[in-house]
Amino acid sequence: MKKRFTALALISLVGLLGSGCGSTNLVRVKPWERATLSDYSMRPDRDPLYTSMSEHIYFSRETATGGRGVGGSGCGCN
Amino acid sequence: MSSLLKTLNSARTFALALTFAFVVVAARGEIKVGDAFPLLNAPGMTNLAGGDLPAVAGKVVLVDFWASWCAPCKASFPAMGRLHQAFSAQGLVVVAISVDDKPAAATAFWKRLAPPFATLHDRDRSLVEQVIVPAMPTSYLVGRDGRVRFIHRGFRGEATERELREQVQILLTETLTSTP
Repeated sequence: MKKRFTALALISLVGLLGSGCGSTNLVRVKPWERATLSDYSMRPDRDPLYTSMSEHIYFSRETATGGRGVGGSGCGCN
Repeated sequence: MSSLLKTLNSARTFALALTFAFVVVAARGEIKVGDAFPLLNAPGMTNLAGGDLPAVAGKVVLVDFWASWCAPCKASFPAMGRLHQAFSAQGLVVVAISVDDKPAAATAFWKRLAPPFATLHDRDRSLVEQVIVPAMPTSYLVGRDGRVRFIHRGFRGEATERELREQVQILLTETLTSTP
């Protein structure tokens, strides 16, 4: 029983490490590799029309007059 | 019973080997203050202006890692130009190293800004992967003995320039024999 448990633990450990969960190199993009991430097309606000539509949907759903443009919460009382 | 002991023994050996591997990986860290800075003639290193790599032996060297896609890097170039103008006669060598993956992007950036200091391209990223820069841009101030004396992450305008200027002045007053 113990032998089986040890084998299972070893297989799990190898699987965990093999999947990349144990490696810090695989989970982070290095600072000098961020050319694509810093591209204009990666900006969430690159399209003004899309941004205004999203904002409209957001503040309509949250019933917050002024949306993100003014202070206050989403209580609908501002 | 003996087979169980054998299994446990091999499991222990395996765990020890894993721990050792983790320690080795963790020890491979970024360059810190006091470490020797790697040689600039790493594989794939080219001078964007053409010609040889700058001579840095026995000099105070400001090594700056930059990329054409990095806005603070662009902002830092005039400041580094001023440091070069002010201190190159006293023995400061400013070396800006591009980590762009596209050589054309590095060349276009260099032509547009026309810096007065040495500008290299780490085409294979062999130097930046030895140094493991923590952010873009990062500047390393290397003393005459080849050891890193000051590291500056990012670029924050006048504050950064003032800080670098102070550190450069301190290092330039030191001679090889008086370095700690």
